[in-house]
This record gives sequence, C-alpha cells and structure tokens, in this order.
Amino acid sequence: MSFDPQALRRDFPIFANNPGLVYLDSAASAQKPAAVIDGVSNFYRTDYANIHRGVYRLSAKSTELYENARERVRKFLNAKHFGEIVFVRGATEGINLVAYSWGGAFLKPGDEVLLTELEHHANIVPWQILRDRIGFKIVAAPIDATGGLDLAKLEALISPRTKLVAVTQLANATGAMVPVETIARLAHAKGAKILVDGCQAAPRLAVDVQALDCDFYVFSGHKIYGPTGIGVLYAKKAILDAMPPFQGGGDMILNVTFEKTEFQEPPVRFEAGTPDISGAIGLAMALDYVDAIGRDAILAHEEALTGYGVDIVSRLPGVRLVGAGQHRLGILSLEVEGIHPHDVATLLDGHKVAVRAGHHCAQPLLDKLGLGATTRASFGVYNDERDIDAFAAAVKAAQRTFKTVTR
Amino acid sequence: MTMDLRDLYQDIILDHGQHPRNFHALAHPSHSANGHNPLCGDRVTIYLDLDGDKIKDVSFVGRGYAISQASASLMTEIVKGKTLAEADALFKSFHAKVTGGEEISLPSELEDDAERLEPLTGVKTYPARVKCATLAWHAFEAAVKSGALGATVKTE
Repeated sequence: MSFDPQALRRDFPIFANNPGLVYLDSAASAQKPAAVIDGVSNFYRTDYANIHRGVYRLSAKSTELYENARERVRKFLNAKHFGEIVFVRGATEGINLVAYSWGGAFLKPGDEVLLTELEHHANIVPWQILRDRIGFKIVAAPIDATGGLDLAKLEALISPRTKLVAVTQLANATGAMVPVETIARLAHAKGAKILVDGCQAAPRLAVDVQALDCDFYVFSGHKIYGPTGIGVLYAKKAILDAMPPFQGGGDMILNVTFEKTEFQEPPVRFEAGTPDISGAIGLAMALDYVDAIGRDAILAHEEALTGYGVDIVSRLPGVRLVGAGQHRLGILSLEVEGIHPHDVATLLDGHKVAVRAGHHCAQPLLDKLGLGATTRASFGVYNDERDIDAFAAAVKAAQRTFKTVTR
Repeated sequence: MTMDLRDLYQDIILDHGQHPRNFHALAHPSHSANGHNPLCGDRVTIYLDLDGDKIKDVSFVGRGYAISQASASLMTEIVKGKTLAEADALFKSFHAKVTGGEEISLPSELEDDAERLEPLTGVKTYPARVKCATLAWHAFEAAVKSGALGATVKTE
C-alpha cells in the first residue's frame, strides 16, 4: 500500500473536529484513530466485565480479550514468551517497576547504573530515588559535539561494577537515535543488563526485542496511537521470574493468609489490582492499526519527513537545529534566535500549529547543550510536508512579529 | 493570526520584552525576592529600595519569554515612586483582569497606570501564560512581605 498521510488523517477524528490543525506534537502524545476510540467504546458496550476469576461468560470474554492483547504486544515486540509482557501505566511506571523490583533486589552499594545524557527524566529519577535508598552510583555517558551519543565513551564507562545500562532508543528532546543493539552487546560482554526506553522508537520503527537482545524494554501506549494509562514492560523470562513483586494486592497472589502470601508467576505477579483492561485492549487495536500501515512504511515516512524538515528548517534564517548527531528521527528540536521558545509556541498556536516548548523532561540534556528550552516539532503517520511548510511559515511570522528577521 | 494573539504581542510588550527597563540589580536593596515558574523555567529577581511606605527604587533581572520579562519591566516603571498600598491596588486589579476575576475599581489617579498594563491582559486566554505575566508581581509581593532579602516565590 502506498503511504498517504492525507488518507490516514481521515482515520483520526481529531482532525475533522479541529479544522486546520497542524499537529506536530506526537512525541508528547499521538492522536488516536477511530479504530481505537470506537474499539474501546465498543468493548465497554458489549464485552466489559472484570477479568480473571470471574466464572460467568462475560468475565471470561473480557479476560480473553485482555490476554489476547498481551499476545498482541508479544508479537509486536517479537518477544519469545507471552509471560514476558507486563502491562503497566506507561513507560514511566515500567522503569519504576524495574528499579523498585529488580534494582531493589539486585543492586548493591558499589554497583553502577549507566545512563546517558540523552535520557528523559523518567529514566533518571527512578534510579536516583533507588540510589538514595541503596547507595550505588549513577554514571551518565556523554553526548559528543554533534549531540549524538558518544559510543566510544559509553563503552569505556561500562565496567565490572556496571550492573545495568539504561538507555533511550530515540532521544525525546532532540530526536537523536541510539544504537541500542550495539550497546546491548557491549553491556552483556561486561555482564551488565540493559534496559531500553522505547517510548519514541516503538511508534516509529520495528522493534524486535530478541534481535536487540535487551533485558528490559518499555514503551507507552499513548505515544503509539493507543489510549493513555497503558504501557508495556518487556523483560526476559528468567529475569522476571527472579524479580519480587512491585505492588501488592489482588490478582497477583496465589494464596494469602495473615502470616504469609504466595505470589503468582509473572506477568500477573506484577499486575496487582484491576488493571487498565480497556487500555490494554485499546493498545492492541492501536498495534493492529500500526501494523496494517506497516512499520517499514512508517519508518520510511518518518525518515522522509525528518529529512524534509531538516532541509526546510536549515534554510530558515535565525533558526538553529539543536544537535541530534548523525541520526535523527521523527523529532526536530530548534532554537529561534531572539525569541523564547514559549513565545514561539504561543505564536505558532495562533496559526493552529501545535508544537511543544520547554525542556521536554530532559533538563540534564538541555543543560549540557547550553539551552534552557527549545521548540520541538515531532511527527506521526498523519503528518506530511505541508505540515512542515505551515510550521516554517508560522516560525517566519513569529520572527516578523518580533522583528528578529525582517524578510 | 487570531485577534487575541495580535492583542498580546503588541509593540509595547515586544519593546519591553526585548529591551527591558530597570533591568539590573540594585546595589543596596532594602528588599528582594526571586520568582520562579518551574512549569516553563521563567525566573525574575525583584530588588526594592523602600523608604517607609514609599517605593524609592525598584529593578529586576531575569530570563524567560517576552510576556514575563515585559510584565516585570512594565511593573518596575509603574510602581517606582508609588506607595506600597498603591502598588498593591494595581496588582489586585491586574490580577483580577488576567484571571477573569471580579473587576476591581481603582482610584482615578491609578487609572492611567492600570491602562498601561492593559496589553498584558491578553494572556487571559492562555491559562499557561497567566502565571508568567504575574510572576514579577508575585515576587514583588513576596519581597515586601518577607521584609528582607532573598525570599523565593513559585508560581505553578
């Protein structure tokens, strides 16, 4: 099928309800196709009941749909086992789960957790909270002069003390791609585990956790055209089996007395309480949507748009693209000379161009780049060249308003 | 561009945002306070030199987007030479206008000053921006109330 963003746009009701909207904030959250919106709604209308343990037919049906969603995610990530997929609220909760459960059980004083300067706060703060409890060390691998990850420096920082390398696959603030497959090999060679934050990568390229050979992989449903409040933690079976529970409650137990509780096997061990049933089912529908378009086609589309965007933005006087190294995907972060990013974003909103301005939850990266904030445009399947043209025209208009560039 | 935005980004705001007045630290302030909006990273520090109830001098330094810097700049111009009671009345009336609160009537001698703040009231259609437009005023208030140097106020 040929890729037609204009046709795909009709799948997303938000555009019909907001005529003229130029939505360039998919890195913060993607819009939802009708298939997901209606699918979730229909589930509540026709098949809804609480899952597991219900002996009646409706509960069995709901359980089946929920567990089918897990299988759908397994296929999407090409995980080996169904039980390696844990539903969480989002990538943030996935990382917190790994920190609390795996980190709490296996990290010791003197150990090191290696992050990178590209990380989102969600892949920094959970480790700091745990570090303050346990007393291990956090090390951050630096970026190079172009803004990409300095792979040689990262390699040099992996030592026998390194127990975990936690790294993004695609930096949310700048769009810098990270070679996580190589990093997984480097980490494993030194006996460390690797966690990959796939929030921005999963919606844009095919992910195969077996080929990556990562130990943990997390992503959020709402960034991949699914509902908010649902996300995925993938972890290798042997690792999950050894991990203690994250939260306690219903569903994650085998037997409870006041003296002792026996816990369920993964993944249920990590899903205490009634989960986001409709969210998981909605996520499965979003993955169906993405796979129907084709992940190779989506990647080609994102690459083409990124190339076009870099070209257009580079030719705007008084505008500087913020470094993402050699490999950038789906995200353009920029500085408009003489205009604060919040002014840029406010003025762009006047042209119905929705972008994000700020530190993008990556303050250490922005500090390193010597910036307080940037203006960020990011792409989804519904964007095309015209959106980038509208963005560029709105930036020019902002410059005219501020009289920073008069042409 | 929508009407609201044209209202908001008037020349007066752009002028004060790009060329802020009283943009320096006072050598011997009697009061000072830092204002910080963690949501967008905007910062201002307000310096005051009070003589009893009278604002002898006022200045600021800061960084942020045009609205917060223009608001701070305009504020320093307007409150310099006023009494604290007059400054407070102006803040209350300005705050009511940007948050859509009940209009507060001002004594006639302050009406011209309130008029000068009118362009900033365009932020009322941008809830995320209201805190930035009032940041300097909140810092001013914190400086006066703390009765000393180095108070900090956060708006979120």
